[in-house]
Amino acid sequence: MNTALSKEDRAFAEEMRAFFASEMPAEMRERLGRGGHPSRDDIVTTMRILDDHGLAAPHWPVEWGGKDWTPLQRHLFAEEMVMANVPSPLAFNTAMVGPVIATFGSQEQKERFLPATARCDIWWSQGFSEPNAGSDLASLKTTAVRDGDEYVVNGQKTWTTLGQFGDWIFCLVRTDSAAKKQRGISFLLIDMTSPGLTVRPIHLIDGGYEVNEVFLDNVRVPADQLVGEENQGWSYAKFLLGNERTANASIGLIKSRILRIKRLGGTALDDPLLRARLTRLEVEATALEMSVLRVLAREASLPPGVPDPTSSMLKLKGSELQQDASELLTDILGPAGLAYRETDEVPAGFDALPEGALDAMPTYFNWRKASIYAGSNEVQREIIAKTILKF
Amino acid sequence: MDLDLNDEQQMLADTVGSLLEKRYDANARLQLLESSELGWSRELWQQYADLGLLGLTVDEQYGGAGMGAGELAVVMESFGRALILEPFVATVVLGAALVDAAGSPEQKQAILPGVTAGSTVLAFAYAEAASRWSLTDIAATAVPAGSGWTVSGEKIAVLGGDSADRVVVSAKTPDSDVGLFLVEGDATGLRRDAYAMQDGLRGADLLFEDVPAVALGEPADALAALESVLDTAMAMLCSEAVGAMERMLWMTVDYLKTREQFGAPIAVFQTLRHRAANMYVSLEQARSMALAARLALLDDDVPARRRAVRAAKLQIDLSARHIGQEAIQLHGGIGMTMEYPVGHYLKRTTAIAKTFADADLLTQLVGADEGLVTAD
Ligand SMILES: Cc1cc2nc3c(=O)[nH]c(=O)nc-3n(C[C@H](O)[C@H](O)[C@H](O)COP(=O)(O)OP(=O)(O)OC[C@H]3O[C@@H](n4cnc5c(N)ncnc54)[C@H](O)[C@@H]3O)c2cc1C
Repeated sequence: MNTALSKEDRAFAEEMRAFFASEMPAEMRERLGRGGHPSRDDIVTTMRILDDHGLAAPHWPVEWGGKDWTPLQRHLFAEEMVMANVPSPLAFNTAMVGPVIATFGSQEQKERFLPATARCDIWWSQGFSEPNAGSDLASLKTTAVRDGDEYVVNGQKTWTTLGQFGDWIFCLVRTDSAAKKQRGISFLLIDMTSPGLTVRPIHLIDGGYEVNEVFLDNVRVPADQLVGEENQGWSYAKFLLGNERTANASIGLIKSRILRIKRLGGTALDDPLLRARLTRLEVEATALEMSVLRVLAREASLPPGVPDPTSSMLKLKGSELQQDASELLTDILGPAGLAYRETDEVPAGFDALPEGALDAMPTYFNWRKASIYAGSNEVQREIIAKTILKF
Repeated sequence: MDLDLNDEQQMLADTVGSLLEKRYDANARLQLLESSELGWSRELWQQYADLGLLGLTVDEQYGGAGMGAGELAVVMESFGRALILEPFVATVVLGAALVDAAGSPEQKQAILPGVTAGSTVLAFAYAEAASRWSLTDIAATAVPAGSGWTVSGEKIAVLGGDSADRVVVSAKTPDSDVGLFLVEGDATGLRRDAYAMQDGLRGADLLFEDVPAVALGEPADALAALESVLDTAMAMLCSEAVGAMERMLWMTVDYLKTREQFGAPIAVFQTLRHRAANMYVSLEQARSMALAARLALLDDDVPARRRAVRAAKLQIDLSARHIGQEAIQLHGGIGMTMEYPVGHYLKRTTAIAKTFADADLLTQLVGADEGLVTAD
């Protein structure tokens, strides 16, 4: 454990580690530790157990189930969860829409949505991106036109992660087409079973289906599902994206991947060049962890919800290291990772597959996403450049 | 978890920073570098002494301030920003620390007050032409002679070796211990081939021919003391390099905003903006590891401490190479000139990368055994 941590912090982390070890299903942790993808059920199960222990959303306001923890404690909690191979709570619920509703929603919305969101009785999807609005998100075109007590929504969202499981989707929609870009955008909560809403899966290069297109064709949305004020949605979205300064570093994930490489590496790691790459990855990860701790240590003095260059730095480096780790594992497995298989079952008489053979290469392909989403790395560099150049 | 400077450290940083800002602008430095006999300023050295910097980590009973590596790191970072030419690493970070770690109380009493007062310059001679990075694979020998020893051999790249009043030298005893020996600067049989190093700091190759010497402590205990002094010294070079990297980044940022080509400040070109952003990321990673190194020095677990310090220096060396090379590139031709400061920072950080251990060796050392990231 990091030498920068105080005795109390370490004790806290130990306590969380013990909690995950004793309360989370061993079968699931073991399966995910071997590189399996968390299923919908894994995520729901995890969130229910967390909720049963009052730990579903520690960073929410206390009256909605949050914990009065320091930023560092929240970080340690999340990190121990990843290191224990417990799937992280659905970010759309706990990191995104939850804090937005808790901060900007009406009392009625809070009561209606927050408990169900924490427990994952509602599975949320994020409907921001559109075919022609990616990095330039504010150019989005999906419209919501007020008609009596309802909005009528038309348009298309895309890249909707795990939208195939979605019960509800929080969308950025244009409510004022005359206003300039950011000005005319609103934040709308939409029931995905509404007539006129269809979801179509997108096949990704790793062979899996984790993102979707969402079509909205005259979808009628009750007006009380507007969060906050009309045409203020952009500021809520910015709050949402800047909410978790350090989470995008994915340091827990990177560390757990490094441990996995060491576990699976075997004699491949006697190769001095592979070993050297592993070492440099470890050094960068150690530096990143310290960078995270530095940001956490001064978190209290930073304005909330404002993107800043350190969170961009953490996202940039974190995504790169995540990608480097996935690449290194494919290089260690070599030809053993070449076969594309749905399961690790082999016919009688054949050798069992080495661990990692099933998922290493798909993960490498899949994690190319890390530098594209959550603000592409070029966008992050631009944020840093703007801050340091003031230009 | 408190990772910020405490009040005392902040005050130290401010004091040193404002002195250097006044006294160490690029022209003053260039003047010292190119036109002074000594290559550094005795007058500033005395000011460092008056501010207590030369005795910062020296015990109070020997005239020092008895502070720790945390305070020293603050000073080193300021020195890195200003790119000072005085033999601080040679005298304080190495020489005095070795006397303190390995010497007898009498030896400390004889040497450390002079260092603290600014009247004694020290140097540590350890590298040899064939030893590369090894502390133990050395040819220099020490043999008992009367109540003392005589040392023979040739040492290279001795920082401060040109002007040191006393030299600590590593040499093998007949028992094959790597001992530390103290030699007077004017001892018979000691010859100096003095030069400026690539980074402008002064140094020398030293030839020892049966030079009378005294052992610093017991030769059998010297290596362990030496290794722990080098742990601290590596961490201090990390802090110095972070100061230098920071200056390179900000110099580059300023230049991008003021240099105009194609009718606009070159800061409009995204390829340059993004490379500046990457430099920022490298700097933050380096800063984090310099901090990690400083914290690791408090660790009693020697292998863990050593691994952490080496990992830090590895990150620093890689960051410094990246930042230094990009700083020159983003400046264009002006960055190539001796007159413009940015190249001098590249030179210093390049020299740091070739001091004690380089990135390739550090990669091997850190990667041995269980490595850095463990499941604990
Ligand atoms: C796996 C995955 C899951 C996702 N999940 C969701 C989700 O659940 N909900 C959701 O709303 N969105 C989601 N996204 C969308 C994601 O936010 C967008 O992909 C992202 O904003 C980039 O937009 P784009 O794909 O249209 O690329 P573009 O914006 O078209 O970018 C193309 C390239 O140009 C670069 N570029 C763009 N603008 C600039 C600039 N100003 N300067 C320099 N370079 C620039 C980009 O960095 C990129 O390299 C997901 C994406 C992926 C890949």
